[in-house]
Amino acid sequence: PLSSRCCAPSGATPAMNCRAEVLEVSVEGRQVEEAMLAVLHTVLLHRSTGKFHYKKEGTYSIGTVGTQDVDCDFIDFAYVRVSSEELDRALRKAVGEFKDALRSSGSDGMGQISLEFYQKKKSRWPFSDECIPWELWTIKVNVVNLANEQERQICREKVGEKLCEKIINIVEVMNRHEYLPKMPTQSEVDNVFDTSLKDVQPYLYKISYQITDSLGTSVTTTMRRLIKDTLAL
Amino acid sequence: AMDTDLSSQDRKDLDKFIKFFALKTVQVIVQARLGEKICTRSSSSPTGSDWFNLAIKDIPEVTHEAKKALAGQLPAVGRSMCVEISLKTSEGDSMELEIWCLEMNEKCDKEIKVSYTVYNRLSLLLKSLLAITRVTPAYRLSRKQGHEYVILYRIYFGEVQLSGLGEGFQTVRVGTVGTPVGTITLSCAYRINLAFMSTRQFERTPPIMGIIIDHFVDRPYPSSSPMHPCNYRAGEDNGVVYPSVEDSQEVCTTSFSTSPPSQCVFTVTKAHFQTPPPVVTDTLKVPVMGLAFSHQLSSSRLSYQPAALGVGSADMGYPVLFAGGLNAAHPHQLIAPGKEGGVPPLPSQPAHGTQADQERMCTPLDGVHYSAATPSSSEDTETVSNSSEGKCGSPHDLLETIFIRKVGAFVNKPINQVTMANLDIPFAMFAPKNVELEDNDPMVNPPESPETESPLQGSLHSEGSSGSSTGNTHDDFVMIDFKPAFSKDDILPMDLGTFYREFQNPPQLSSLSIDIGAQSMAEDLDSLPEKLAVHEKNVKEFDAFVETLQ
Repeated sequence: PLSSRCCAPSGATPAMNCRAEVLEVSVEGRQVEEAMLAVLHTVLLHRSTGKFHYKKEGTYSIGTVGTQDVDCDFIDFAYVRVSSEELDRALRKAVGEFKDALRSSGSDGMGQISLEFYQKKKSRWPFSDECIPWELWTIKVNVVNLANEQERQICREKVGEKLCEKIINIVEVMNRHEYLPKMPTQSEVDNVFDTSLKDVQPYLYKISYQITDSLGTSVTTTMRRLIKDTLAL
Repeated sequence: AMDTDLSSQDRKDLDKFIKFFALKTVQVIVQARLGEKICTRSSSSPTGSDWFNLAIKDIPEVTHEAKKALAGQLPAVGRSMCVEISLKTSEGDSMELEIWCLEMNEKCDKEIKVSYTVYNRLSLLLKSLLAITRVTPAYRLSRKQGHEYVILYRIYFGEVQLSGLGEGFQTVRVGTVGTPVGTITLSCAYRINLAFMSTRQFERTPPIMGIIIDHFVDRPYPSSSPMHPCNYRAGEDNGVVYPSVEDSQEVCTTSFSTSPPSQCVFTVTKAHFQTPPPVVTDTLKVPVMGLAFSHQLSSSRLSYQPAALGVGSADMGYPVLFAGGLNAAHPHQLIAPGKEGGVPPLPSQPAHGTQADQERMCTPLDGVHYSAATPSSSEDTETVSNSSEGKCGSPHDLLETIFIRKVGAFVNKPINQVTMANLDIPFAMFAPKNVELEDNDPMVNPPESPETESPLQGSLHSEGSSGSSTGNTHDDFVMIDFKPAFSKDDILPMDLGTFYREFQNPPQLSSLSIDIGAQSMAEDLDSLPEKLAVHEKNVKEFDAFVETLQ
């Protein structure tokens, strides 16, 4: 549900110092979900840590992040994701909505899904907290329709190769070691990390998507908030 | 680079981080080429033992190899740690696929915080490595390894050698981490000319000696594996005791066994190796193969020879199980990897019976034998057929026959030529010396007694045990502590053993009895003249028909 508590919908101009990366893929309809999940999981693999456990004197220890291989059914491709069912479910839900929206838009199948990492900055009442994005990933999707099985087979392989390139691109960005939020104190941790999951701790993120209609204008903007908001109004 | 700015504690920490980073890097790479999906669990409570806060298993052999290659050194300028991934076909051709390089350059970052930023960035770099290892061409090849080729790895330390990758190889950078003593870089150079793979005709060659794998799955995959603590205040290395390579090469076995196609194990002896010593003496080519990866591998012994896969005729015909743990007491335990997905461990075999059985099943250089780790019906068939031919051969054979066949089931001939007293079987002292005098032996011709307990629970000296047995004609065998596979205990009134005893001698089918057979034969013979007469009458028709065929 849309919430007016926090920042402007993404798709608006990113704030200063928010780096933005754009990836583009052309896929068949049935490949949309797996392709999106592969990219989102790869990003979140790099943007999740183990759970923090704060101890006295401001020190903390970090839990362990497990990983697992995922094979795609419709793409000749495999990727690694964080071993967290909660996180996987959240991503699948978002991607599922995106896919449905793409399909029902009836357009020529263009849209984009965005993964935004942000920090919360508390403001005094009556102002609501600010959400300050610091990294924005946008995946532009172009859905193609294929005529026969042979084309589909080629598409399986080609999309697999393309996704390999995307993974390499993502890793390149991650390796730049650019701005990351400072490690927070215990009182600040919920402004930086999503602490609602029980086994891993991703940076605060939200996923949104847009469907482009045939006129090229964005039709819907759906905000999905996937954080635990402790300041529910 | 002057590192006087670095406190000694920081320096120690940094060296430790780099060392374990190198070890973990090797683990990630090798595990990504095993041909199986990897899965580790997240743990919210810190175990204090997972380096870089990542759940990356440590395969002992791999750690051992890496440590051997590093020989106490750390990657430094001009001294890189390289993991070479290559492919070897069943015909013996091999090809380098990738070289993963962990290098250090001189560019220092003095400002960076060792215990914190460097550590976290190394963790991030490992995550990148996890991701990148799945997107190079060798990943897909390694997932399909098994029948026509296997994937091998080799670790070396020193100068990077990329010449084996062919022309036009590509490089992908996994990442870099700056430290006060230099910048760590991790990259992969990979061959792109894999054309020969698709055009090559892979013929089935008879399997030949390969690499020794003795496996013992020690314990199931634990949620918190006993790794060394990340707490860098702690002392030394991991406490896993790992025997030196020299030890492992002593225990080559002579048996050669494989199991059904997707599960293969090779064993080979040192004696069969005829090749010259390896060129690079400080590294060893070790096969990497889908394996019970989800299982904790404890101390293990992997016997191999460098360049073993190029041994004369001893090329790898079938996939090789890699890096199993080994327990000295059970050298024949098998790990049977499925090609994809999970790998169930085969149950450990009891020390005597079935091990003897397995040894009997396996003949060196004898082609492929399919032996399951547990007694199976196929084994029964084989041994029973031996026994039914009256082949009582050596006491050893007989011993196995007794052990693995269902006692009494399907036996046609009595065993009457063996004195069992001197056989190494349990309760041999209770076995009758002369089998033919068994009629009065309650164990052989058990009394008709109600099924109060499983007859098979009792030992030989338990008089009252045994179920009823209708046909005693084939009871002239010795019942020895028989526990048929999958039989239940004496909980149910009718267990498998009882069932066998009851129904082991069903009456013959009436249609197969001699009388009836003879009868119908007589009838046939009687009717022959009639039939012949009819045919003679129609001989003209037959002739005409034959002419139409010509």
